[in-house]
Amino acid sequence: MKRVVLAACLVAFIGLSPARAVLPDEVMADPAKEARARELSRELRCMVCQNQSIDDSEAPLARDLRLLVRERIAAGDSDSQVIDFLVARYGEFVLLKPRFERQTLLLWLVPPLLLVGGGLALWVYARRRVKDGEAGKALTAQEQARLAALLSAETPAKEP
Amino acid sequence: MIAESGHYALVLALGLALIQSIVPLVGVRWRDPALMNVARSTALAQLGFVAASFAALVTLHVTSDFSVANVFENSHSLKPLIYKITGVWGNHEGSMLLWVSILALFGALVAAFGNNLPLTLRARVLAVQAWVAGAFYLFILTTSNPFLRLPHPPIEGRDLNPVLQDIGLAVHPPMLYLGYVGFSISFSFAIAALLEGRIDAAWARWVRPWTLMAWIFLTLGIAMGSYWAYYELGWGGWWFWDPVENASLMPWLAGTALLHSALVMEKRDALKVWTILLSILTFSLSLLGTFLVRSGVLTSVHAFASDPTRGVFILLILCVFIGGSLTLFAGRASALKQGGLFAPISREGALVLNNLFLTTACATVFIGTLYPLALEVLTGDKISVGAPFFNLTFAPLFIPLMVAVPFGPMLAWKRGDLLGAMQRLLVAGIAALLAIAVAWAWARGGSALAPLAIGLAVFVIAGALSDLAERVGLFRLPLATSASRAMGLPRSVWGTAFAHAGIGVALIGIVCETTWNSEYIGTMKPGDAISIAGYQMTLEGLIQQQGPNYRELVAPFTVRLDSKRLAVMTPSKRTFTTRGMSTTEAALLTRGASQLYISLGDPTADGGITARIYHKPLVLLIWFGPVLMAFGGLLSLSDRRLRVGAPKPAKAVRGLQAAE
Repeated sequence: MKRVVLAACLVAFIGLSPARAVLPDEVMADPAKEARARELSRELRCMVCQNQSIDDSEAPLARDLRLLVRERIAAGDSDSQVIDFLVARYGEFVLLKPRFERQTLLLWLVPPLLLVGGGLALWVYARRRVKDGEAGKALTAQEQARLAALLSAETPAKEP
Repeated sequence: MIAESGHYALVLALGLALIQSIVPLVGVRWRDPALMNVARSTALAQLGFVAASFAALVTLHVTSDFSVANVFENSHSLKPLIYKITGVWGNHEGSMLLWVSILALFGALVAAFGNNLPLTLRARVLAVQAWVAGAFYLFILTTSNPFLRLPHPPIEGRDLNPVLQDIGLAVHPPMLYLGYVGFSISFSFAIAALLEGRIDAAWARWVRPWTLMAWIFLTLGIAMGSYWAYYELGWGGWWFWDPVENASLMPWLAGTALLHSALVMEKRDALKVWTILLSILTFSLSLLGTFLVRSGVLTSVHAFASDPTRGVFILLILCVFIGGSLTLFAGRASALKQGGLFAPISREGALVLNNLFLTTACATVFIGTLYPLALEVLTGDKISVGAPFFNLTFAPLFIPLMVAVPFGPMLAWKRGDLLGAMQRLLVAGIAALLAIAVAWAWARGGSALAPLAIGLAVFVIAGALSDLAERVGLFRLPLATSASRAMGLPRSVWGTAFAHAGIGVALIGIVCETTWNSEYIGTMKPGDAISIAGYQMTLEGLIQQQGPNYRELVAPFTVRLDSKRLAVMTPSKRTFTTRGMSTTEAALLTRGASQLYISLGDPTADGGITARIYHKPLVLLIWFGPVLMAFGGLLSLSDRRLRVGAPKPAKAVRGLQAAE
């Protein structure tokens, strides 16, 4: 839906044509290495596109990056070395999954904190309400007297 | 003339909206039924004028009147009629006009079918509706006038973006807007309730059908958009965690939470404050979505800053409505009395848990979408938040939610029996374990988690079925009794089962598609054959063709299974003359719920063509699930209890008065 709504809605975005990404001549001979390259490509952003990974994008820059990733893998880099290399070259912007750092602290922490905080708040609230409810159940002396008066005024009611 | 009439009709609609924003409230103040009833007439008249305005724009597009800027920029005289019509909302101005048309439609529906609402509540709801409508009419008239004339009318138009020349554009945006804008009703009801200073179970009963209706449309709209992207964009992706998608997902998550919390409020008179807040938040997120998509802030913060007219206007609308409603909420919410106590293990408790997870999921999408924007504005640093982030944060929230889903309907109101629910879900649990075993034995490669996810999905589906079986006493009672009980079950019970099963069905599709899809990328020449997932695909040739407003290169593939000829698939690449753009028309072959998918790349110098061929197992379930969910929603909507405009039960009226 991305491109479609986007294109449907965002005049500025019109002009980006559908993507076809990885081309046959890029594929590495070793399937295991190619799989690693694909895996990594999905986590890297095509920086001239809107929210597309280099795996999805057909932009020339994405192709360059895909080749670069494969070059590094062929040279024997580990996944994290490839990532570090790209970040050193292009900055944090290239990562579709930001690293856990000072400036992304909130991004990573809000969801779990909200879940835990919300859960705790609910728990406390539920306990308080149950307590209040129990407190509310007991009648005050005045209410007791009124109840007795009402009951005695009625025709002999069945015992509760 | 038509353009000017359309423009003028919109101005009149604005006038009516202004009257409707004020007069009914004065009527409430003075307790004057005549003034309160003004809202009814103005809401209906508003629809008339906005519809006239919309019809005017459609006429201009259909007749290719290129003296109107909007038509010139987005149409072409050779474009097929259907795309001339859908092109009306394939651009900013037209889609905003569609937005307000749907808003007016909903306002008129409340006016027409709200006879069973208390007079003051209806007057207030319609007044709030008119505030929203007024703001957006003003937005269109001042910044996005679709009826603007060109001083020197050109002979030919610039044509619509080729990607949009698809039947998807006819269905997806209207559906999505029916959903987005439909939530304005629950928003208006919430504000009206805050203004009234009282809220009760009857309120929830009035609001639920509207929320449900909006939710059904939004569900279908999102699913439809996802399928459109899948076949139109040519690389088989169906969800990209793009900000624009997230903009529609957020109201959906909040709206789903709202449906469930309104249920608690209706049945048990509890969670009032929370339900009101969710109503406000859901529509606020719809507005936020409109802002994100319309202002251009997503493309670039700088583009937004350099031409901010539209963006700032919507931002203003956003701030006024969200800020205003939350302020009102803060001031009035504490006055609302809480009802209905319940134990943590109970139907209410399960629904609260549902709300906790759904709102956290919604907040996750919210922060992931807006964080890069906020960071760039505040510090100038640019980061990206994309699919890997959302997959990592979203899944852990949805897994426990899905485990909990089958338990909800099994628990009693007030105080549930978890052990009993577990016993009743025993069959579902066994089915899930079997599914895991089968998936594990069958699967080759892929993540080890995939069979577990399949098991979870089967658990959700079997859980929904167990609930039905439990209620009709299947295998415990004679079959005839079960059948008659099944007939007697409220439709909302069936609706719940269908909707819940739909989540499981969608999950199976998602897991199968992402884990076990096969892919071939390569250059093929006519006569070349490849084999994928047991199918043999032969490229028969390359053919040039001429369409109404494009040229296309077609590559027919013959598909064989065990040397038996199955079908011919014809993917193509179209080049549109006017805009000089090309689109990939993928070819799809459906086999059960699985699909073969071919999309073409560029022709090579030596007479071949780049082809991407996929086999996507059970991929259709991804969209069949949401359709099932929407069908469940429809069943619930048709339940007598909820039917819009159904005669009010005497009990509800008593409940309302007692709440004063």
